[in-house]
Amino acid sequence: MPRLSYRRALTRALADELARDETVFLLGEDVQVGASLVTTGLAKRFGTERVRDTPLSEQAFTSFATGAALAGLRPVIEFQIPSLLFLVFEQIVNHAHKFPLMTGGQCSVPVTYLVPGSGSRTGWAGQHSDHPYSLFAHVGVVTVVPATPADAYGLLVTAIRHDDPVVVFAPAGAMDVRDDVADLEPVPLGRGRVHRFGDDVTVVAIGHLVHDALAVAEELAGQVSVEVFDPRTLYPFDIDGLTESVARTGRLVVLDDGNRSCGIAAEIIASVVERIRLLAPPRRVTRPDGAVLPFAPALDRAVQPSREQLATAIHLTMKDSS
Amino acid sequence: MTDADPVRLYRTVRLIRRFEQRAVELVHGGQIVGGIHPYLGQEGIAAGVCAALGVDDVLAGTHRGHGHVLARGADPARMLAELCGRLTGLNAGRGGSMHAADFSIGVLGANAIVGASGAIITGAVWARRRQGHDTVGVSFFGDGAVNEGMLLEAFNLAALWRVPVLFVCENNGYATTMPVAGAVAGSIAGRAAAFGIRAVEVDGQDPEAVRDASVAAVGRMRAGGGPELIEARTYRFDAHHTFEHAVRLDYRPPDEVSRGRARDPVRIQGERLPDAERAAVDAEVEATLDAAVRFALDSPEPDPADALTYLYASGLTARAGGG
Repeated sequence: MPRLSYRRALTRALADELARDETVFLLGEDVQVGASLVTTGLAKRFGTERVRDTPLSEQAFTSFATGAALAGLRPVIEFQIPSLLFLVFEQIVNHAHKFPLMTGGQCSVPVTYLVPGSGSRTGWAGQHSDHPYSLFAHVGVVTVVPATPADAYGLLVTAIRHDDPVVVFAPAGAMDVRDDVADLEPVPLGRGRVHRFGDDVTVVAIGHLVHDALAVAEELAGQVSVEVFDPRTLYPFDIDGLTESVARTGRLVVLDDGNRSCGIAAEIIASVVERIRLLAPPRRVTRPDGAVLPFAPALDRAVQPSREQLATAIHLTMKDSS
Repeated sequence: MTDADPVRLYRTVRLIRRFEQRAVELVHGGQIVGGIHPYLGQEGIAAGVCAALGVDDVLAGTHRGHGHVLARGADPARMLAELCGRLTGLNAGRGGSMHAADFSIGVLGANAIVGASGAIITGAVWARRRQGHDTVGVSFFGDGAVNEGMLLEAFNLAALWRVPVLFVCENNGYATTMPVAGAVAGSIAGRAAAFGIRAVEVDGQDPEAVRDASVAAVGRMRAGGGPELIEARTYRFDAHHTFEHAVRLDYRPPDEVSRGRARDPVRIQGERLPDAERAAVDAEVEATLDAAVRFALDSPEPDPADALTYLYASGLTARAGGG
């Protein structure tokens, strides 16, 4: 079985969609050279008209993509840095997202915003290390955070074919994950995936943290039987799938690389507890409120959710219900 | 395709003028909620620019956008129904005054965020040309927008990629209450020059002058000349927004308002027609608007159960907000 890295899975998805659909084009900063190492080789294969380097004008090229989508194309924008999403939040939320409703259904805006290397990249400090996926779920923009190479491929393909804007976060912590991949195929939005079945507690882990959750589950095997649920899409969220899991285990812990207040972990917990009664209070492991990632590696790590914190949360949840 | 007929140009400015006056009455009568930004006084710009466009062309406007939509040829009855929030409106009552759009005639929407239309139109024109259309685009904006970074970024993109967009600055002297002199360092035309964009200033109160400048610019753009900018000097006859009819804001000297109103694009264009011809146009416009008002007010309101219809083009449904 061929082994595929997460990064190459993204490249493969872009190449396959560019080849399949003439209306797909890619734009962003340094995409022709492939500075993110995701768009490598695409300009050579598909030409510089369809793989377009942009000046450093994020607001204009984000709305340029909106206009191109209104006129029938399917743009994919690559943002090298997750924090650039703050700069174009207005263009995505106020225009791309709102156009279909505001025009009474006269148009669609099928744009994909791809963020390879979201979250911490150790040493990139305060303005390059955010993970703002909760913001997009909050405003109702389709938000995808794949954890594995197969899901990175399948969800990016689905995002490009989707008729509304989609933000695809490809966490830095997952970019080098490699996996045996037999079949590459589109993955539906809003469908979670159980990576490991368990009986005692459901851990919801997002993006690269799925791999941490699996490691902790393995570590605790024998003491606690941990189920690891990967939502894959944060908006729309597979609340039915998660409820089914938690209904079996009775306990819920969420591992989320976002800030704590109003983060997706809070939403996930609220969505479960308004449906079913748990055996113990739910817990979440997140970045702190208002987190700014400090530069020094030890400080950077101290602000991100850790395996130790997850193990502790799992133990406390078990204790609370005993 | 250009429109050199002075009668049709007069009809357009007259239609916008009377449409806006009727709309103001409907605001005062409570049939239009939320108020409007009247285009009164600026009619010559929309009429003159749109007279230079062909069927494949696209435009996007502003919060003061009724004139652009009407000049492009939208049905005044469906436009008025939109302002009244009716199901028969251009946007099925989902957009209202600030977001009126008619994609069937290339109106990609009034846009309520100042300076936003430039990059959207640049992308739309580029995309249509890639698909084989001979499209040019128009981005309308006011003098306030020339200090918005995203518009200046759009100037750069359009010039860099030679996308034929006509940037039309409707300089009415004020960004809400802020006079141009208090907001604009340098000049508007100078901003275009910095990006290598050809810029001309025209008398926005003369519909034919605007049309002639637009025809010339569109011709050069179709020949591959890249984007251009027209700064149309104009004056807003009425309030920034109809809320000023209830709250008096003191920012325009009365003698300035009198002088501004003296140069009336509807009168200027009307005087180019024989009296009888003008009277016939006026009567036809009144009949059209009488019918439009009846159509709007007789149209059904949308069902609250459908409030989020159209939220997602993909058919995705949102969770309800109730407990």
